[in-house]
Amino acid sequence: MAMKTLTLNGSTVEFEPGQTILEVARAHGVHIPTLCYLDGCTATGACRICVVEVKGARSLVASCSTPAEGGMDICTDSERVRQSRRLTIELLLASGNHNCITCEMSGDCTLQDLAYSYGVDTIRFPNTPQPHAKEDMNPFIIRDFSRCILCSRCVQSCQEVQVNRAISNGYRGPTAKIIAGCDQRYDQSDCVFCGQCVQACPVGALIEKKGRFQGRAKDVDKVRTTCPYCGVGCQLWLHVKDGRIVKVTGVEDGAPNKGRLCVKGRFGYDFIYSDERNKTPLIKENGEFREASWEEALDLVANKFREIIEKHGSDAVAGVSCARSLNEDSYQMQKLFRAVFKTNNIDHCART
Amino acid sequence: MTNSFGEFGKARMFFVIGSNMTEAHPVAATFLKNAVMNGAKLILVDPRKQPLANFADIHAQIKVGSDIAFLNGIMHVLITEDLYDKEFVASCTAGFEDLKKTVMAYPPERAAEISGVSADMIRDIARMLASVKPAMLCYTLGITEHTCGKNNVMSTANLQMLLGNMGVESGGVNPLRGQNNVQGACDMGALPNVFPGYQQVANPDARAKFEKAWGVKDLPAKPGLMIPQMMEGLADGKVKAFWVFGENLANTEPDIAKVEHELASAEFLVCQDIFPTETTRFADVIFPSAGWSEDDGTFTNSERRVSRVRKVSQPPALAMPNWWIFKEIARRFGHDWASSSGEELWDNEISALAPALAGVKYGRIEQDGLQWPVPDDEHPGTAFLHKEGKFTCGLGVFTAVEWTPPAEVPDEEYPLVLSTGRRLYHYHTRTQTGRSGLDYLLPEETADMSSADAEALGILSGEMVKVRSRRGEITVKAKVTPQVPQGMVWMAFHFRDACANWLTNPVFDPATQTAEYKACAVRIEKI
Ligand code: SF4
Ligand code: SF4
Ligand code: SF4
Repeated sequence: MAMKTLTLNGSTVEFEPGQTILEVARAHGVHIPTLCYLDGCTATGACRICVVEVKGARSLVASCSTPAEGGMDICTDSERVRQSRRLTIELLLASGNHNCITCEMSGDCTLQDLAYSYGVDTIRFPNTPQPHAKEDMNPFIIRDFSRCILCSRCVQSCQEVQVNRAISNGYRGPTAKIIAGCDQRYDQSDCVFCGQCVQACPVGALIEKKGRFQGRAKDVDKVRTTCPYCGVGCQLWLHVKDGRIVKVTGVEDGAPNKGRLCVKGRFGYDFIYSDERNKTPLIKENGEFREASWEEALDLVANKFREIIEKHGSDAVAGVSCARSLNEDSYQMQKLFRAVFKTNNIDHCART
Repeated sequence: MTNSFGEFGKARMFFVIGSNMTEAHPVAATFLKNAVMNGAKLILVDPRKQPLANFADIHAQIKVGSDIAFLNGIMHVLITEDLYDKEFVASCTAGFEDLKKTVMAYPPERAAEISGVSADMIRDIARMLASVKPAMLCYTLGITEHTCGKNNVMSTANLQMLLGNMGVESGGVNPLRGQNNVQGACDMGALPNVFPGYQQVANPDARAKFEKAWGVKDLPAKPGLMIPQMMEGLADGKVKAFWVFGENLANTEPDIAKVEHELASAEFLVCQDIFPTETTRFADVIFPSAGWSEDDGTFTNSERRVSRVRKVSQPPALAMPNWWIFKEIARRFGHDWASSSGEELWDNEISALAPALAGVKYGRIEQDGLQWPVPDDEHPGTAFLHKEGKFTCGLGVFTAVEWTPPAEVPDEEYPLVLSTGRRLYHYHTRTQTGRSGLDYLLPEETADMSSADAEALGILSGEMVKVRSRRGEITVKAKVTPQVPQGMVWMAFHFRDACANWLTNPVFDPATQTAEYKACAVRIEKI
């Protein structure tokens, strides 16, 4: 389709018909803040943070849901725009509990960042407490409605990204609430605990329970890795504090999962810290295992294998590699069997 | 997979057979559901009303183990109604006449009789497949875990070649691999017949290449044993020493009683694992391993993408990286191996030896991984294989296959079919998920059954029942669910006591040695 042009903060820029104002701005490196907008999902224009001024239009328009038109003259950061955003932030802060001191998202919260960058330090409206009790029953996800700004990103993640259809916008007016099913607990609804809603929540209304008080954004290093469960191979950010994983999120632009995870990849990481781990080599004696040093255990295995190979031939030994472990480990095991033991008796559960 | 997850979003049609993707590959399923919400068609072939059924345009609820008859029926319609891709078949394939001869014996009425799907639905499916191109065919273990698993796979390839859906974006034959690194373990040559990179051990040139690289002489030429043969070898004394790395065979192999007898027969058993398992009980020596996030390396996913796995902490106490353990044993046999990190192993050995991985180096996969084949350092990787109908060995060859029933079918004594699989909240024998709090979401196994069967047996949902096969019996909670059709019981193998593998049948596909986990005969008793 033929490109069209419009004016963006005084410069003439090209765009493709069908793009929204937000998309055009992003394509040209112009930052417009957003709160409810979720990449790849239907824009709702609900939060009004992304408003911009279009010359000739009576009111400000939500840039996420307004299509760009040829000849538009757009200002993304006029005083009128800034005033409007300030007011929006103030109203959000006046509703519910936005005390950041122990909030898990402090330092990684879009609302906090907006309040700071728009200098909203006084709130002229009375605080309206939020009526819904916190849900802290299951071991994975805490729902703190007092921090919810009803942006609906969680609903979009559930409905449009993961298509799990577990949560939706419930009630109206001051009792508005994001509900699971007909307002049930997550663990009594159709929720499958993928945690995509938690990842999408821009504030501290949905948080990972395992990570609570374990370390916030500024305390952790993010290390990219691959999920240890199924063959999709999702890319994870491990949030690591003092050598310990405190939380896992999806790598937003990473292939293949584009930020998505399932319950196992997101919440199934702490088995590595179990007390039941095998910690030392063990040798069985008279039917009981006893601890041994590496030297002793390795020598014993090497000697036994040598003895059996000498007596019964190379094909009297066999090995099964691990389809859960690293490529490098499987390579090394087959090399041991082929190059050292001289047998091709090496396999793994290739077919399951 | 011939194609990639990234292509799901652009696909216009899916043919999903024997794949409970929403539970076994949840994130893959999200991309499929997105495509369906955007108008892509979905034909689902599965005995159960599994979660994708809600998204399907057609759900063919075939009988367990009838896949080949069903697929041959579809191909019969495609050929007789002249709906197949003649151009693709003529220019890119061989063996069409043989295929035609075979599938001509499967008119929809006969396919219907065997599969339980109506002849009309079979015709509708064929016509729908012919009307939208390309279609992506996805399968998982519902196809492979049968005594005719290899033939099932052939059938899916026949269908896609007949439709001309090979070598194109958003087409292809796409087995979703079960474990995170089952693709990688195959690529690495943890198979009895191939070196890393699928180079045949029987090929003298391949042996010479690896002899040179590894500085050894006389690499064995004879392909080795596959797992079931190793296990039988333990029982009959041919295999004396057995080394099990990671796998929990005592729970995952069919017929646990038999498997445990085999493990107990080993003269010397080494287990290398991060946890004590039902299998390590039989070990003479247990090596403690570094686990995920305790070592640097790579995994290769279903779409052939090699991605980095990173270390964030030390393994507990004396546990060591797995590659180090193998290296130490080699040293005790007088072999001094140079590589001593994942990166050295990959960059200096694996990528140097496997041509398809030649261009994959740690330095190139810091961010996104690369999809093999990556023949050189400049190559961007390969999203889909057989581009423009160019198959690895020239033409795509049709292999006509006849339907064969499962080895054990229901009879008077054992009137129900037991089929098995995985559930969303657990992974395999729960060594990991069971220690990550996921028991909260799924605390126990159930025998999933239809209301018709439950009523006939006077069983209520939630009641404990006995499920018995010719191999063994378990006590388990009955779960009456509309997912399961009459005549079937469905179970997983996540929990030891009620593990389906006390019941499953240790019979295997003759070529692949894959067990028939998807079909055996059982009866349910009220207690
Ligand atoms: S955890 Fe997943 S399924 Fe549950 S509400 Fe959130 S997005 Fe939906
Ligand atoms: S829970 Fe979070 S994502 Fe959902 S509406 Fe509230 S603030 Fe938005
Ligand atoms: S996050 Fe879920 S879908 Fe992704 S690789 Fe892990 S187990 Fe598979």
